[in-house]
Amino acid sequence: MKLPDFDYHSPTSLDEAITLMATPNARVLAGGQSLLPIMAFRLAAPSALVDLRKIKGLDKIEITQDAIHLGPMVRWRDVERHEGLAAALPLLTQAMEHVAHYQIRNRGTVGGSLAHADPAAEFPGIAVTCDARIHLAGANGKRVVAAGDLFVGPLETCLQDGEIITSIELPRWPQARRWAFEEFSQRRGDFALAGIALFYDLDGERRAQNVHIGVIGATDRPRRLPGAEAALNGQALSDEVIAKACAAACAEVDPPTDIHGSAEYRRSLVGTLLQRALVKASS
Amino acid sequence: MSVQFVVNGRKVEVDPPARMTLADCLRQQVKLTGTHVGCEHGVCGACTVIVDGEAMRSCLMLAAQADGATIMTIEGLSSDAELTPLQLAFKKNHGLQCGFCTPGVLMTLHALLTQEPYASEERIRDVLSGNLCRCTGYIPIIESALEARAAYQDQARSAQA
Ligand SMILES: Cc1cc2nc3c(=O)[nH]c(=O)nc-3n(C[C@H](O)[C@H](O)[C@H](O)COP(=O)(O)OP(=O)(O)OC[C@H]3O[C@@H](n4cnc5c(N)ncnc54)[C@H](O)[C@@H]3O)c2cc1C
Ligand code: FES
Ligand code: FES
Repeated sequence: MKLPDFDYHSPTSLDEAITLMATPNARVLAGGQSLLPIMAFRLAAPSALVDLRKIKGLDKIEITQDAIHLGPMVRWRDVERHEGLAAALPLLTQAMEHVAHYQIRNRGTVGGSLAHADPAAEFPGIAVTCDARIHLAGANGKRVVAAGDLFVGPLETCLQDGEIITSIELPRWPQARRWAFEEFSQRRGDFALAGIALFYDLDGERRAQNVHIGVIGATDRPRRLPGAEAALNGQALSDEVIAKACAAACAEVDPPTDIHGSAEYRRSLVGTLLQRALVKASS
Repeated sequence: MSVQFVVNGRKVEVDPPARMTLADCLRQQVKLTGTHVGCEHGVCGACTVIVDGEAMRSCLMLAAQADGATIMTIEGLSSDAELTPLQLAFKKNHGLQCGFCTPGVLMTLHALLTQEPYASEERIRDVLSGNLCRCTGYIPIIESALEARAAYQDQARSAQA
């Protein structure tokens, strides 16, 4: 369908954008790859779109000693092409390879993906797994929220009306960290039916410590799996330990049933993907 | 709202309503109807055009967002007199039947092979996952792309020399 009508603004500064966002029912426009489809379906009919494309500096990727800073307008394509990111945070670049199709990757952004909060989207899952900090700015000033607190439900975040994501901060990794990303989707570039992102560190006795496991697609929002993490923390990864963690993971997800897969199928998929990911990470 | 862009080497100035997508603007205001509109929500790829060198879905872009851009549509691929190697390969290998998806497929492949003339078959298949075709079964499209790839490699070599 054609889009519902709205006012279009393309401010050149963040302050101007924040002022424009005070308009009731205004929305930020980033890549438009999620917002325009939902407008075409009349699931959203904003009064105004505030396009961030002319605000300088929002598409920067910065790697410092402690953190990786992604501007909200960094596109999937920019992540793919960046020289240093794959070495600095391999879990991120690996997972981003699964996002959408070629043409969509040329426009879709990391900030848009977080704000859209699709439970099956890869980047929100990585943000939650990797303890990302999300920087926000709005009429009431600036604040920072943990990625784990950002997502409230399907397509729902804790962003207040008019708030804009200004930066995403991901902590740097120790070189030796073990990690893996696994997802299953019906066709290349489609949203995942389920996916698992994980990392852990090995202590002197080759036991897993600091285990972080995130799930997408099988829950109402991306989240960690504390039961599975507890089954692994302090353990050397044997077949038996992995099986226990997978059973814990299946028990702690509550997947939806839809035309793409039943709840039981998705639950079992979570276990299978976690098993594959752990085998990959530990070998 | 006044919007200016360059399309297929020609400067145009249009006055689209805010809600008009780039696809509709190209078709209705610029009168370039080669760009096809299938699903209007980003799934089929029929509307793919090349914006500043990169393939994008023109149904998921507002005309206003193209202000200042350089755009190539299917009409800009060749002069009317002569087909490009990509078009010739599609003709030879039956890379199209009804032709509805073809403008989007060609724009996608033109962007890809210009940027990555050595793209592997796997890469080509991966990229084409963003374009739906209900006729060909895709195999002839892949064969056409693989045949045309050599011409893009020649071009890249002569550009280097
Ligand atoms: C066919 C198709 C397949 C796809 N497959 C996948 C997939 O497999 N995995 C995946 O992760 N995604 C997928 N996507 C979605 C794609 O990655 C989107 O680009 C992304 O989710 C949203 O980014 P965007 O920049 O396009 O945001 P937009 O569409 O511009 O915005 C999305 C939402 O975020 C808000 N917003 C945007 N930026 C900000 C900001 N800085 N601050 C506050 N709010 C903001 C908007 O107001 C809007 O509500 C797919 C999309 C399509 C059309
Ligand atoms: S018409 Fe644009 S993707 Fe289908
Ligand atoms: S040739 Fe008919 S849809 Fe592709």
